[in-house]
Amino acid sequence: MIPVSYYIGLSAILFTIGALGVLIRRNAIIIFMSVELMLNAANLAFVAFARAFGMMEGQIFVFFVMAVAAAEVAVGLALIVTIFHTKQSIDVDQMHSLKG
Amino acid sequence: MWFSETVANSTQFFSLVPWVVFFPLIGLLVNLIFGGRMSEKAIGITACGAAGLSLLISVLQAVSLLGHPGGMVVYLADWIVVGDLAIQWAFQVDTLSVTMMLVVAGVGTLIHIYAVGYMHEDVRHNGDPTRYQRFFVFFNLFIVAMMILVSADNYLMLFVGWEGVGLCSYLLIGFWYDKGKDGIGNALAGKKAFITNRIGDFGFLIAAFMIYVAFRTFNFHQIFEQIQQAGSSFTPAIFAITLFMLLGVAGKSAQIPLYVWLPDAMAGPTPVSALIHAATMVTAGVYLIARSHPLYVQVPEAQNIVALVGGATALFAATIAVGQFDIKKVLAYSTISQLGFMTAAVGMGAFTAGMFHLVTHSFFKALLFLSAGSVIQGIEAGLHHIEHDPRLKKKMVKPHDFDPQDMRNMGGLRKRMPITFWVYLIGALALAGIAPLAGFWSKDEILAEAKLISPTVYGLLTIAAFFTAFYMGRQILMVFFGESRAEPTAHARENPPVITIPLMILAGLSLLGGFINLPVIHTFTHWLEHTLTIEEAMINFRLGEAAEASGQFNPMVAGISTGLALFAILLAWWIYMQRYPAMLKLPPKQRSDDPLKTFIGPLFSALENKWWVDELYQTLVITPYNLLARYLAQVIDGRFWHDWVHDVLIVGGFRFFTRLLSIQFDLGVIDSTANSLADLAKSLAQQMRQLQTGYVRSYALWVFLGVVVILGYLIFW
Amino acid sequence: MDSFIHPLTLVTFLPLAGVVVILFLKNEQKNAARYTALATSLITFGVSMAVLAQFQRVDPNLQMVIDLPWIRVGSWVIAYHLGVDGLSILLLLLTTFLTPISILSTWTAVEERVKDFMIFFLLLEMGMVGVFLAQDLFLFYVFWEFTLVPMYFLIGIWGGPQRIYAAIKFFLYTMAGSILMLLAILWLGIQGGTFSTPDLIANNHIPANIQFWLFLAFAAAFAIKVPMWPLHSWLPDAHVEAPTAGSIILAGVLLKMGTYGFLRFNIPLFPQAAWQLAPWIAGLAVIGILYGAAVSFAQKDVKKLVAYSSVSHLGFVMLGLFALNPQGIQGGILQMVNHGLSTGALFLIVGMIYERRHTRDMDAFGGLWKVMPVYGALTLIVALSSMGLPGLNGFVGEFTILLGAWDAGQAGHVLGSYWFAGLSALGVILAAVYILFMFQKLFLGPIDKEENRNLKDLNWREIITLAPIIILIFWIGLYPKPFFSLMAPSVDQLMVVLHGAALALH
Repeated sequence: MIPVSYYIGLSAILFTIGALGVLIRRNAIIIFMSVELMLNAANLAFVAFARAFGMMEGQIFVFFVMAVAAAEVAVGLALIVTIFHTKQSIDVDQMHSLKG
Repeated sequence: MWFSETVANSTQFFSLVPWVVFFPLIGLLVNLIFGGRMSEKAIGITACGAAGLSLLISVLQAVSLLGHPGGMVVYLADWIVVGDLAIQWAFQVDTLSVTMMLVVAGVGTLIHIYAVGYMHEDVRHNGDPTRYQRFFVFFNLFIVAMMILVSADNYLMLFVGWEGVGLCSYLLIGFWYDKGKDGIGNALAGKKAFITNRIGDFGFLIAAFMIYVAFRTFNFHQIFEQIQQAGSSFTPAIFAITLFMLLGVAGKSAQIPLYVWLPDAMAGPTPVSALIHAATMVTAGVYLIARSHPLYVQVPEAQNIVALVGGATALFAATIAVGQFDIKKVLAYSTISQLGFMTAAVGMGAFTAGMFHLVTHSFFKALLFLSAGSVIQGIEAGLHHIEHDPRLKKKMVKPHDFDPQDMRNMGGLRKRMPITFWVYLIGALALAGIAPLAGFWSKDEILAEAKLISPTVYGLLTIAAFFTAFYMGRQILMVFFGESRAEPTAHARENPPVITIPLMILAGLSLLGGFINLPVIHTFTHWLEHTLTIEEAMINFRLGEAAEASGQFNPMVAGISTGLALFAILLAWWIYMQRYPAMLKLPPKQRSDDPLKTFIGPLFSALENKWWVDELYQTLVITPYNLLARYLAQVIDGRFWHDWVHDVLIVGGFRFFTRLLSIQFDLGVIDSTANSLADLAKSLAQQMRQLQTGYVRSYALWVFLGVVVILGYLIFW
Repeated sequence: MDSFIHPLTLVTFLPLAGVVVILFLKNEQKNAARYTALATSLITFGVSMAVLAQFQRVDPNLQMVIDLPWIRVGSWVIAYHLGVDGLSILLLLLTTFLTPISILSTWTAVEERVKDFMIFFLLLEMGMVGVFLAQDLFLFYVFWEFTLVPMYFLIGIWGGPQRIYAAIKFFLYTMAGSILMLLAILWLGIQGGTFSTPDLIANNHIPANIQFWLFLAFAAAFAIKVPMWPLHSWLPDAHVEAPTAGSIILAGVLLKMGTYGFLRFNIPLFPQAAWQLAPWIAGLAVIGILYGAAVSFAQKDVKKLVAYSSVSHLGFVMLGLFALNPQGIQGGILQMVNHGLSTGALFLIVGMIYERRHTRDMDAFGGLWKVMPVYGALTLIVALSSMGLPGLNGFVGEFTILLGAWDAGQAGHVLGSYWFAGLSALGVILAAVYILFMFQKLFLGPIDKEENRNLKDLNWREIITLAPIIILIFWIGLYPKPFFSLMAPSVDQLMVVLHGAALALH
């Protein structure tokens, strides 16, 4: 039996990689993948705790997260395609028209 | 044998009485709906047939009355039923109403026949064939309305006919609606007639309201019964009723002060003048008073007023007739004057005498008008002849300005139109009251009654009789004697039989009509007594010792009036046969219109201008009303109420208020508060906008930092 | 389900069915819109005849009543409460009768936005019918205000050059009065615990001084609508600018809503106040009669002349209603119908000539009888009806009104002076003056304008439009008994209420 702290550690590492990816990379697709990584890190933590405490809520929540992530990907990719159509690039720094 | 049996079993004819209205109604509807596709002849036959059938029914009523003099009321339908008021369409058959029916249908039928010829000529000379149809539709409508008037059994149904005949009068006066002065003169004359009549109708309406308040019914029988039972308790109400009714009578029967419409009414075609404005409609007022006799005999004061109005009208109109040059205007004023005689008679309580004069007058005045129409058409035919003859046309200066009704253009027609001349003479003598023609008997009966009852009225009427003979003498002499004074008159021609035969029948009636009520025998009086019984008793009561002589032939009265009439004719002869030709020989500058002018000078102008009564009414009533209406419309309603109060005061005031609110309060207080808040927010935003770099990464970083701070807070505190 | 097929519901909301059908049409389908509207209004008229057939003449109470709760607020209920009695049946019929005629009159006159026009027109019909049938004060108010909207658009979109001004003026004037009425309605509802008119009349314990103010509040709304002198200023503007069909309905029905309001609400709800204020209202009515007649005589625009004549005619109606006796009230109700017919027909007639010549200035005409004899004859009949010639409908109404007013003028009766009826009778003369003046200006005299020489006489559609009115003009004039017998029992019942109030007063 692998202790829960191992899972948490893995989850924290995954989350950190994802967060750094979002902050550092400029390619929108990669940012997107990093977001997925962060979501899956959270999923891992949910599942690990659910198993440790013997409760189903954590597992159910993972399904919701996966559904939302799928929807997010669908919408996000559509947005990226449109952006690529207009800007011929998916570099996020190119899009700063919200600058105050 | 057969006749007496029929008379004995003849009440069944009474139930036919609604047909006196329905026949002309059918005639009118047929002509109205199908007239456009019918020939002139068919239209004429339909109209005359309708009038003739109406006459037949009236005769049948008379036959029934011989057997059952009490008459009958024939109920047709309910009309206005509201609360305790119930007015019906019901026909009153009694000797009085049947007398009127016979006059209306009899004279009416003759004039219908005459009109067939007259209107044929009119259409031929003036074009527009649709007016033939229009004329007979209106003419039959008149018979309908007049029959409703005389056969009504209550005041309101009578009023239907009363206004109905006024409408027909309006339509027929304005029949040539695009002719007359400035093209609108005839239409204006019609309007004048209708409105003047409406003033009278106002009086009638008020009288009707008072009748209702006093008696709670409009039915003749019920009213008269109540009076008989309660007698004097109604007197003040009846006094007011009779006076307001007199206003109605003055309107319809052209009495002072409302007579002014009748002379203008001569703008209509001559058959109209004869039927409506001489023989029948204008006598409706006299009929109304005779019908209402139980009311009038209750209040002698009202009777005196009626008699004085009648007497004054008789004299006043007779004087004006002397100064007229239009052949029909003379007859019109003569009609007013004769209506004055009748009104005076019924006012004095001599109802049978008044009705007698009504009947005879309808004969000879219809005759005179129709003959005048014959004269006019004869001259128009002469004018037509000239216009188609270039040689003659040169001799006439302006054929279009020629007035075929002006007696100054006539003269010498005796030879060119002999039949017309003789019938005219008979009519004129009957009107002047020469024995033994119809007018003599009836007029003398009135004068004899007046002598007994009121010396003032007697005086007025006697002088009026003198003027009557004079102006008729003047007219005959100017029209038929001497030399013709205008080219068309010299070429006038006699009219066809369709016109002259009705004239001859009417001439016969004017000759013999007086015999229906000869002194001593009094056929007509006894006939009417079945309806006018109460009245005789009341007159006798009033007269006291004079009662014996009432209704009797008075040789002295007859002698005086006949003597005056003969003297007047003689005077006319001297002036118009002796002086007129001499005057015409003078050079144009010294010549005057009328030889009488040389004798009475300015007085003649007064007569010629009708004592300026029309002008007086114009200044007193019409112009002020016009001004008032315009003032109300333009100044009060338009400029003051609409423009000032509404647009300036209300709308402008509201605008001012809203502007005050919007500029001072809304902009000054509320808006500035809001604006300063906005400014504050703006300056803050200026500072904060530095944070917005637009790069997603920097936002994400801020989010992470925020998360770290929050987590740190949750973990370490 | 039962309430849906109820005859009064049907007659009220049937026009909506037509509206729905027209909504599905294209803008270009002008004739389809016209025929749909005409068919709807004819069916509505047919249903109203069915209502008449079911109507019991002897029953003075409300008939065919439908009473369903609509809005509940706390303890009181606003009800969907319809009913018809002798006071309203003739006006219901008048509305459903005049609507198809008005629609027929627009056949060639309205060419733009036909679809919208017909929709507004049918909505207007629904509102008017609702006003005459509603027995719940609140429901009445809803219908009353509802009629303003379509009329506002009818004037504002299809009107003459000054249409916006006229439409706004019409709207604001009537709204201003209605507000006061709304306050009074709320007061009555809160105090009485119900908005149902019959219940309020039955349990009437309003003290006389409060009746007085409530009467005035209701009167403010109705007097503007009638319009009574001096609140008539909106009427000539609205009439002159409105399209022909709008004028017909405005004069024919909308004005009657004012007089009907007095009859339905003011008199039975506040009988004591009615009794006390009758001489004042009658006085204003008399002024209106004479003033309207005089002012219309001075008009140059024939439509304005007819508009001012309405002020005069409705003065007669008001005089009759506030004579507070059977003759006056029955005459008043009949005169509402008469005015609807004859003035409606006059506007129709003016519309016909306007369509041909595009002017209403009377100086532009003259001698039309020669070129348009049928038009002349029909106009003459309508004009004579309007001036009250005996034998035609106007006389029966005016005479009974004046008779009632004269009767009420006896000492100790409600008006207390013969002057009211006496002066009003002068209006009969003045009516002849302006009507004959109009007729002469249009039809008599020579044709002196070249444009008039070739005018076409009426076509069959126009004759058919006028014919039903002409028939009714004669029918009511010659045999008004069926019309009087419809209203007599209800009026008698109203008299009982009034007598009770008179006893309470003295």
